[in-house]
Amino acid sequence: MTTATNTVQANSESNVWEGGQAPFGVKYGKLMMWYFLLSDAFTFAAFLISYGAIRYTVGQDIWPEPNKVFEAFPLLGHGYPLLFVSLMTFILILSSVFMVRAVQEGHQMNKKGVILWLGFTIIGGIAFLSCQAWEWAHLIHNGMTMTSPITYEIGGHGSGAVFVGPLAFGQLFFTITGFHGFHVTTGVVINIIVFLNVVFGTYEKKKNYDMVEKVGLYWHFVDLVWVFVFLGFYLL
Amino acid sequence: MSDVNTTMEHTHAEAHDHAHEAHHENFFTKYLFTMDHKMIAKQFLITGIFWAIIGAFFSVVFRLQLGFPDADLSWLAPVMGRWLTPDGALDPNFYNALITMHGTLLVFFVLTAGLSGTFANFLIPLQIGARDMASPMMNMLSYWFFFLASVIMFVSLFIPDGPAQGGWTAYPPLSYLLGHGMTLWLLSLTFFVASTVLGGLNYITTILNMRTKGMSMFKMPLTIWALFFTAVIGLLSFPVLVAGFILLIFDRSLGTSFYLSDLVVNGQFLDKGTGSPILYEHLFWFLGHPEVYIVILPAMGIVSEVLSVNSKKPVFGYRAMVFSILAITILSFLVWAHHMFVSGMNPFVGSIFVLFTLLIAVPSAIKVFNWIATIWRGNIRLNPQTMYAIGFVSMFISGGLTGIFLGNSTIDIQLHDTYFIVAHFHIVMGVAAFFGMFAGIHHWFPKMFGRYMNRSMAYMHFWVTLIGAYLIFWPMHYMGMAGVPRRYYTFDAFDAFSQFAGMNVFITVVVMIVFAFQILWVANFFYSIFKGRKVKESNPWGATTLEWTTPVNPGHGNWPGEIPEVYRWPYDYNKNGHEFIPQTVPMEEGELEHEETPAPEKVS
Ligand code: HEM
Ligand SMILES: [Cu+2]
Repeated sequence: MTTATNTVQANSESNVWEGGQAPFGVKYGKLMMWYFLLSDAFTFAAFLISYGAIRYTVGQDIWPEPNKVFEAFPLLGHGYPLLFVSLMTFILILSSVFMVRAVQEGHQMNKKGVILWLGFTIIGGIAFLSCQAWEWAHLIHNGMTMTSPITYEIGGHGSGAVFVGPLAFGQLFFTITGFHGFHVTTGVVINIIVFLNVVFGTYEKKKNYDMVEKVGLYWHFVDLVWVFVFLGFYLL
Repeated sequence: MSDVNTTMEHTHAEAHDHAHEAHHENFFTKYLFTMDHKMIAKQFLITGIFWAIIGAFFSVVFRLQLGFPDADLSWLAPVMGRWLTPDGALDPNFYNALITMHGTLLVFFVLTAGLSGTFANFLIPLQIGARDMASPMMNMLSYWFFFLASVIMFVSLFIPDGPAQGGWTAYPPLSYLLGHGMTLWLLSLTFFVASTVLGGLNYITTILNMRTKGMSMFKMPLTIWALFFTAVIGLLSFPVLVAGFILLIFDRSLGTSFYLSDLVVNGQFLDKGTGSPILYEHLFWFLGHPEVYIVILPAMGIVSEVLSVNSKKPVFGYRAMVFSILAITILSFLVWAHHMFVSGMNPFVGSIFVLFTLLIAVPSAIKVFNWIATIWRGNIRLNPQTMYAIGFVSMFISGGLTGIFLGNSTIDIQLHDTYFIVAHFHIVMGVAAFFGMFAGIHHWFPKMFGRYMNRSMAYMHFWVTLIGAYLIFWPMHYMGMAGVPRRYYTFDAFDAFSQFAGMNVFITVVVMIVFAFQILWVANFFYSIFKGRKVKESNPWGATTLEWTTPVNPGHGNWPGEIPEVYRWPYDYNKNGHEFIPQTVPMEEGELEHEETPAPEKVS
């Protein structure tokens, strides 16, 4: 222990933990975003673990099959298992890529570039939400709500024999994808606010686009969470 | 790294601006929508005291019911109103409301917001050498979310079917069946969590980023370490509670059945499907257990500081203290199911939780040992804060020992949900944390208000509270072992418990006396804010930490000139012939760091 203290003292000039500086070289705002996301991850983890626990209790044999539940596509009709959700996922991931570009342009202090890519990100976010709205509407139309169970025809659309799933499926689906959608919605709103600030030159005056970076972190996080939601509801 | 330096300069410049603006401040910007961390701390403290009085008053009322079940309480009608039946007895539903509100208010609003909120806000910038919190704006929001939560909870006291009645743990299916009070309760606590998260983010980033030059992590006072880990625990456990609450809110208002299986209520069958209340218990206690450490860690930090300052000895085992806090932080996330041994959970899972639960006693014991070693043969200044701190240690030992009983699942089968539990957690958490809080308030009162609190009143309060707390809670252990269940409105129907009627009367009488002395303390507090003896010197207790290098009444920005630099750890007491050496004094030529001291100094 003694030697440890000595070495710390010896190179106190270079030790980032010695005070008077930020040990991670990161401003407080970004640090806060990191810790907020960590905390938010626990909320999602709680939901997803609850999902797992309930699904386990209900039993795998009466749990609906994703391929049969999510098989509709707007305009094309039925019989396209997981196609639509793949599109949604693709859109969301694409918007994350746009966000990466926006942040890069921010580092270069290129206002036009930030406007362009952040704009695309927002469009991507809105597109994802629209898809989700369609999917929800479709499922509700087919009778799955918080209080009525999922049903589908066992042999595929039009085959007659009906499978009736547990109530828990719809309840969990709407709660968890809803909570995620709520995050995407707030993300889009915040992105729009930041977008307007970029347009009005707020960050140009401040000489940094840190804010874009912060909302970028949030956006990537929301994207990452979707991967887990996707895994839980659509793949497993 | 350069961008970070600009942040520091930035806050520095800001502080100067504030100094210039000082005369423009009006009542609203100074006392209400203030961003000064010291004022926000006082807001938390005073709101906390407000709730403490209400919560304690509720306990007196339900103790009256337990001690004197046949008494005519109609004299309380002016305050209790509908909560009494026409013949002056307490309405059984409101009995449940009283214990629920008592628990909720004291655990969350007083011992979390009132304790962490006060001392994290007050001490973090002052003790690490910062002008304010990283984000003063978020800090202000944190208080106002707490205020909003408070308003909602307060309103819920007045609605027709009364406030929440499901216990502070709000287990379904009961909490599913309750009325609007429960709705407001859930709403209020959701805002409360928002407040805690905003506060916690600020505390953590401030401690990491804003330490003054020389204030390395291991030169931070233990208060800061404790508050740091408190914030970490809060940030990682409260979100899970929110998830649990959202599912409960949906069960209550959207007709879902996450926590509900087939139920028969008043002879009516509710077809609810496949949910499980045990899921709620898991989600709740994932917060619930860490929450008890959120309550106790700040008190532990305060006690370490107060004991060291007032025995003029370095804290014994500083690093051991830090690492025990860390160990407690980690373990506190791994023991939650010890509250659920009899819930129907798999007994094998239970045995794993027994292991972790008993492990957590180790860091706790290290801390207790170190406090005792700190004051051992010290040059103790007997003042109220020292007494309260010693009271804390006493309470923590007594309550910790009963924790070990409870941590063994086989013993817990008998003791669960009895008065033994009530005794355990009131001693180890309730009273102990209050003692920590009293110690902290007395210690930092001069810095907060520029005056001293009255000592004689404090001594009276201390002795009555300490003895009273043991008189109230000690007998409850025996009642619990005899099987007396908690949260029962009356025991009239149980012959087996009639032997405790006299005990219940005794406890209730002591409760009333102790309550009176709490009012005395509150009176002392407010009287001293306005009329207390004025503080003349800036370092009245002879302490080493940075807050005592500020002027007697520090303005916004804390230090009028430059922020002081730090050269030594915070516990250089009784060193090289000095009673204390402030952290701002540079090390002398050839002076050894505390950890390099060849042999422990001889105290004659
Ligand atoms: C030596 C360490 C400790 C152990 C082994 C321990 C163990 C336990 C156990 C097993 C229970 C559940 C009893 C039951 O409901 O059947 C319990 C309840 C409780 N403990 Fe501890 N405990 C310890 C320290 C603490 C500390 C330090 C605090 C607070 C600062 C605390 C606060 C509580 C509270 C609030 C409850 C009751 C919650 C409720 O049911 O309303 N305990 N303890
Ligand atoms: Cu516990």
